[in-house]
Amino acid sequence: MNLIGLAIRSLLNRRFAVILTILTIALSIGLLVIVEQMRAEVRDGFYRSVSGTDLIVGARTAPVQLLLYSVFGIGDATNNISIETFEQLQALDEVDWAIPMALGDTHRGFRVMGTSGDFFERYRYADRQQLEVAAGREFDDLFEVVIGHQVARQLDYDVGDSVILAHGGGRVSLQQHDDHPFTISGILAPTGTPVDQQLYISLAAHRAIHIGWEQGVQRPGAGLDAEEARERTEELRPDSITAILIGLTSRAAVFGLQRRINDYRPEALTAIMPGITLQELWRITGLAEQVLRVVAGLVVLAGLLGMLTVLLTTLNERRREMAILRANGARPVQIAGLLVFEAGLIAAAGIVLGVVLAFVVQGISAPFLLERLGLHISASLPAGQVWMVLGGIWLAGLLIALVPALMAYRRTLADGMQVRN
Amino acid sequence: MTEPLLEIADIEFAWPGQDHNVLELPSFRIETGEKLFLFGPSGSGKSTLLALIGGLVRADRGSLHFAGQEVESMSGPARDRLRAEHLGVIFQQFNLLPWLDVRTNVTLPCRFSRARAHRAGDIVKAAEALLAGMDLDPALWGRRADELSVGQQQRVAAARALIGSPSLILADEPTSALDADRRQVFIDLLFAQVEQAGSTLLFVSHDKDLARHFDRRISLPEINRAGVES
Repeated sequence: MNLIGLAIRSLLNRRFAVILTILTIALSIGLLVIVEQMRAEVRDGFYRSVSGTDLIVGARTAPVQLLLYSVFGIGDATNNISIETFEQLQALDEVDWAIPMALGDTHRGFRVMGTSGDFFERYRYADRQQLEVAAGREFDDLFEVVIGHQVARQLDYDVGDSVILAHGGGRVSLQQHDDHPFTISGILAPTGTPVDQQLYISLAAHRAIHIGWEQGVQRPGAGLDAEEARERTEELRPDSITAILIGLTSRAAVFGLQRRINDYRPEALTAIMPGITLQELWRITGLAEQVLRVVAGLVVLAGLLGMLTVLLTTLNERRREMAILRANGARPVQIAGLLVFEAGLIAAAGIVLGVVLAFVVQGISAPFLLERLGLHISASLPAGQVWMVLGGIWLAGLLIALVPALMAYRRTLADGMQVRN
Repeated sequence: MTEPLLEIADIEFAWPGQDHNVLELPSFRIETGEKLFLFGPSGSGKSTLLALIGGLVRADRGSLHFAGQEVESMSGPARDRLRAEHLGVIFQQFNLLPWLDVRTNVTLPCRFSRARAHRAGDIVKAAEALLAGMDLDPALWGRRADELSVGQQQRVAAARALIGSPSLILADEPTSALDADRRQVFIDLLFAQVEQAGSTLLFVSHDKDLARHFDRRISLPEINRAGVES
């Protein structure tokens, strides 16, 4: 008994309405999948950046704020911490490594971070991966700079090019450190984290270009000239830095050290465990995510109701078709089954197309997210849980189809042998 | 005389929600192999009788024997199976699924009854033989049904009713959409094919002019005792 062939040919006959219905469902499914996938991918992307860091230390502030301005370049620090604090923390037994971060300068919208050589040696991201210099080498001379992958790519820079840093943020800055041009010594390999969006200079260089800037603007004639600065490299060190990334010898020490830093007497500090602070961040953004999910869910419902509308509308047009099938031996159950089968096929096609659509949209939006947030999003197919939701939606489609199926069932019983038109 | 193909005794039927019977038939028979003309103007209970014979509705009282079985006491699915296996139906018009080609329309009943498909043998060949027998141009066999004229569609419908040689062909005003010349040709072709298939024909019409072709003639208003609305 080849009823499936009949159903498919009947669908093909009404292909215009059917394709529109499939598209409606596909769009709604696509939205739902994108919301779910992006949420997961963005969380993943954030986590990649801090997965190798045990503690982040900054001046007393809200944990989420510290996390955002230190690692992700969102917002600015309100206070700095003194270099002595950094040195004391670095010397602790349980501290394996400590990376200083001196922020505040930019280059054409990209953040400039003053740091130490430890950054290249000890920083870990994603799955315990180390930074790699893809071209050139780390900074050696005082006025050398290492740039992230995206900085090089977007500004079309190469090793040996000269760059001028700007004081403060923003894409257009009126105050340039133009008395101290830097030479690019190296370009980092891509990491898919905000590391790609930054430029790196030594702490000494950070200090050197800020001599004479103590009031926030340059005092005329107060700066060091380059040669003088190079001679004094050893003694150049900033009074304060923005934040510290810390790796511990043993993860077990993290809670004790965090408490000790938070209670640190000489200076008001905040130490955060990045993983936990990210959870806090997700709790804050969770409401917006829930709203998005509800909206996406409602759109899916609208898509399914659209299918119901089409099935009910065609039911009248197809009264003749059903009477013919019935007169030729079809059972009422078979006719109702045809409608459910049709709905199942439409819903399945819509779901598959929606997943493909979401995949494509993710692929298209990935470069944008990489550029804006430094987040590496890979277009991915839904995870297991999302497939279960999609399966549930498919079942909902079948359930909805029971309405026209039941109507057709009752109608074929009532119509008798007549072909009504 | 052999067993009648169909025998109705003391049938009463009212549509649900109506308080009067539309059909009260003390007795009605169709002999095996005959061509019976049933005169049935609209409102005479004609469609109700056809629905009863087709096993689509159940009588309130009485019995209906068809092809050696008591239909009224059968379950719904069993009656559906009986209809698929033993009944070929031709309506006034709109017989065909417009989006199927002619051949597939003819083989449609074989999708619902394995017995009928078995009797037809090679169902595509059987369909083509019947289409040829109904004098339908082979060039049309692969066309979509809605590309055919009304007369051509009725011939396809007759071929479909006959496929797999069902015991009874129910023809419900099959010629009313045709003009007089085509009507005659259609009836001649139908008779020839019914005889070849060894089927029995119940031909319902309000057109008394056609009655002279048939073995036997019955007027439904005369045998139906239910009060018939005018």
